[in-house]
Amino acid sequence: MFLNLHLVVLFPFLLAVLTLVFGRRLGRHLGWALVPFPLACALYLLSLVPRVASGESFSATWNWVPSLGLSFSLHLDGFSLLFALLISGIGALVTLFSIHYLDPDEDFGRFYLYILLFMGAMFGVVLSDNLLALYMFWEITSISSFLLIGFWHEEADSRAGALKSMLVTMAGGLSLLAGIVLMGIAGGSFSIRELADKGALVQGHPYYTAIVVLVLLGAFTKSAQAPFHLWLPGAMAAPTPVSAYLHSATMVKAGIFLTAKMAMILGGTGLWFGLVAGVGMVTMLLGSYLAVQQRDLKGLLAFSTVSQLGFMMAMFGYGTPEAQSAGVFHLLNHALFKGSLFLLVGIIDHQTGTREIDKLSGLRRAMPFTFAMMALSALSMAGVPLLNGFVSKEMILAALLEPPFGHNLFTVALPLLGVAGSVFTTFYSLILAHRLFFGPVTETTPEKPREGSWGLLFSPALLTLLVVVLGIAPGLVEHGIVGSAVSALRGEPVAVHLALWHGFNLPLLMSLSAILLGLILYLWQEPVLAGLRRVSSVRWNVNALYDGLLQFLEVGSDRVTRRMMTGYLRDYLVLILGFTALITGYALARSGIFGFDWRRLALTEISWTEFAVIVAMVVGAITAVVARQRIAVALGVATSGFMVAVLWVLWHAPDLALTQTIVETVSVVPLFLVFAYLPRLRQQPFRPKVEGINVFVSVLLGAVVTGFLLLSYGHQLFPSIGQFFVDNSLPLGGGRNVVNVILVDFRALDTMGEITVLTLVGLAVAALVRSRREPADIDEKKEMSGVMINPLILPAFSRLLFYLILIYTIYIFFRGHHNPGGGFIAGVMAASALIIWALAYERPAAMALVPVEPRRLMGSGLLLVASLGLGAVLFGYPFLTQGFTEIELPWFGRVELATALLFDLGVWLVVIGSIKGIVMELSDGRPIAHETGASHGREESGRS
Amino acid sequence: MEVLAAIAVGIVVACSAYLMLTREIIRVILGSLLMGYGINLALFMAGGIKTGGPPVLTGDEVGAVTDPVPQALILTAIVIGLGVFALLLALGYRTYQETDTDDLEELVG
Repeated sequence: MFLNLHLVVLFPFLLAVLTLVFGRRLGRHLGWALVPFPLACALYLLSLVPRVASGESFSATWNWVPSLGLSFSLHLDGFSLLFALLISGIGALVTLFSIHYLDPDEDFGRFYLYILLFMGAMFGVVLSDNLLALYMFWEITSISSFLLIGFWHEEADSRAGALKSMLVTMAGGLSLLAGIVLMGIAGGSFSIRELADKGALVQGHPYYTAIVVLVLLGAFTKSAQAPFHLWLPGAMAAPTPVSAYLHSATMVKAGIFLTAKMAMILGGTGLWFGLVAGVGMVTMLLGSYLAVQQRDLKGLLAFSTVSQLGFMMAMFGYGTPEAQSAGVFHLLNHALFKGSLFLLVGIIDHQTGTREIDKLSGLRRAMPFTFAMMALSALSMAGVPLLNGFVSKEMILAALLEPPFGHNLFTVALPLLGVAGSVFTTFYSLILAHRLFFGPVTETTPEKPREGSWGLLFSPALLTLLVVVLGIAPGLVEHGIVGSAVSALRGEPVAVHLALWHGFNLPLLMSLSAILLGLILYLWQEPVLAGLRRVSSVRWNVNALYDGLLQFLEVGSDRVTRRMMTGYLRDYLVLILGFTALITGYALARSGIFGFDWRRLALTEISWTEFAVIVAMVVGAITAVVARQRIAVALGVATSGFMVAVLWVLWHAPDLALTQTIVETVSVVPLFLVFAYLPRLRQQPFRPKVEGINVFVSVLLGAVVTGFLLLSYGHQLFPSIGQFFVDNSLPLGGGRNVVNVILVDFRALDTMGEITVLTLVGLAVAALVRSRREPADIDEKKEMSGVMINPLILPAFSRLLFYLILIYTIYIFFRGHHNPGGGFIAGVMAASALIIWALAYERPAAMALVPVEPRRLMGSGLLLVASLGLGAVLFGYPFLTQGFTEIELPWFGRVELATALLFDLGVWLVVIGSIKGIVMELSDGRPIAHETGASHGREESGRS
Repeated sequence: MEVLAAIAVGIVVACSAYLMLTREIIRVILGSLLMGYGINLALFMAGGIKTGGPPVLTGDEVGAVTDPVPQALILTAIVIGLGVFALLLALGYRTYQETDTDDLEELVG
């Protein structure tokens, strides 16, 4: 088979990509290139009709994310087939129509791109058997609908309509997702077919009510059921072919589709019947009542669609075989006559330049074909005999009289709502069929009316032909289309009978009286409309509610943002630190810090050395806080840092001790370089409230950290993973220094991420400092002399020191796998050698010692690490797998010849590159006017 | 020992937080450096102090060693801390150059 189900769903997306590439060049001819695809789909699907009618169904499954229960499994049964036929058939006609409808200079590429996205997604919705996949396609239809409504995004109406439709349908979509997840929990599957077999399980589950409400919210928003109908009229800002395709024939029926399908799982209960039938019939009346009052033709059609959707929705709430047959058949009929009506209104708009009902009359002579088709389609909608709408409407009225759970006040009211709605339906159908075409010939249209071209007339003509054919011979689709759809919904073969004539009965009486009453209202239309509009002008209004809600959200979020985003760094930090402390503190309090048994702590002995070091560390920190000179602040922090390094020694962490010591030394240099450019600290006015909050937050945070640490000694939630690394470091990593093996082997990917960060920091510093440096500055090194102190003894000494450090660095680097050391430490150490040189001599002399630009060093380091990782992949191992073997080298002894060593070399390159870059950039700046009064004599303008 | 160390770390963190809440850029930057020390210590201590020798395997026997995982984490944290410290310094320097102030309350955007 040339086509298959997955291809039907995926091909539109593929075409969309091609459209994106070639669309612009083809212009309007793009449409001709695309028409064959939906046409081929339609023919393929038609060829399946006999097989589906004989009870066959088609399935295909691709596993996607099996662990989440997500598979891309498609299933074609009679009901999906009907929808797929509508999507492809009407899709082809609409594509054809739009070639002639859109202006030649319109952006056809974008238009067809969205249409194709929609087509593929809609196929996905109706063919997916997996509910999660269905949800994904469901949301893509919402997005493509949003894009199509906003196609003319220069217009404010289009934007507002697009936004409204997206907010409403996406909110419903989220609700649907929640419902699907609950259903998956209750039924243990996400497959519609499997769930259909477990209907009793789901219906007996405590979540049942929630599932029904959530799923129906999704369906109701999509199908524009009251009170969510508000988005559909706004969607009329879309180009008319889009309205015909998405907003009458296919997408808005997705909600009906979902309800019908879900009825297999969730239906048959009083809750289901009450909600679906009740909402459907209320929507039916409300929609037709609002439709007659519209002054815009598309507005009229929009509300008419709302009303007809309510009709169909109600049928799937009833769920009897008769109701389902009526619903399925009306679904098909509505797609035909409403699709035709939309396209015809499009033609009128295209040919006269207006859609306002009051400006149009007497078009009969100028547009005879349009008139004939419009009259047939509209009368079919009104339910006039010999047209297809009559047959299905009769069936609906008959089904309404046979509720599934016996009669009560509610079930008696529903048919009455249906008749009342039908009266208005007749009314607005006559507006379409009669009012536009009879009466005085219009003079007020922007363009002189004339008949549309054949290209425009073809698509509605085909649809109207079907309206008439199915009206006279409904038996054509009785078995193959409607019958197999209903059988699919009921899970058993159902014989459906579609007939033109059922004899004189109550439904016929209801039908005829609706037509008669509608006709009377139409004849009295002036006073009737005036009266209706007066009632509606004071109406309770869902639109007002929507606008209010939207405004509330906008104003509210604006207010919150303004309150939180003050622009003061301190405010942010107070929030961040304060909340961290509060939340952690709350968790600590809950886990019993206050009832903590201090005596249970297995305490380690404290030595005098440790005590002295800890006290010195605390003194350093406190000094940093109280000091009023920045050098004292820096020294306080540095004291703390060195004491931490000593603690690492005392606490058996040699690698940390080495790293911290060198880092401390190195970081002093950029600090003092920057000191040269920054002003001294000033005496700040004392502000009790601000200080109070600062002290409170700080102390709270400190207390929480202390509490957390104390509590952590008494608890061990999980066994430590450390032992794994200790046990496997030698056998798996070939190294004796466990910390180093973790860094370069076990967790090499993390390390790779970290050196990437380091590279970025190096680049960012360079970019920051260079961002305003004028080229002239670089030559003016004389100004630097005041910054750098070059006593005589340092240069003499530093030459020796430099080479010593460098040699030691190599040693540290190579021993790192077995002893404390490694790439990080060696890198920082080598950089410190450079810095000493830079302090002793001029910066350029020092930098010339390593004649490679920092970014090249960092880049080659990263490249080395990445290619090592990929190399492992080439040999069939996971990314960054390391290999090793040992060899004897003179002087160094046994040396690990491991790829880990190369990895460490990459680390080394990145570290030295970034530090060199940072120091080079910071020391290359131009000292700004020194700290003499002038630059700081500005007024205090801070908050007080 | 643990109690004393925990309290000391708490004080260091409190001091660093206070520094970060002040108005001068340089104090804020130094405060963040100090906070790095405090948090590294806290991370280390959560894994236990002196539960064994250094995590360097000397003989073929695997004796009790201190947990190497926090050490590996902290080692990279220290080096990255240096990078971040330098970045903040560069930022502070550029900010002062552009705005002529080191007072964060005058820098409200």
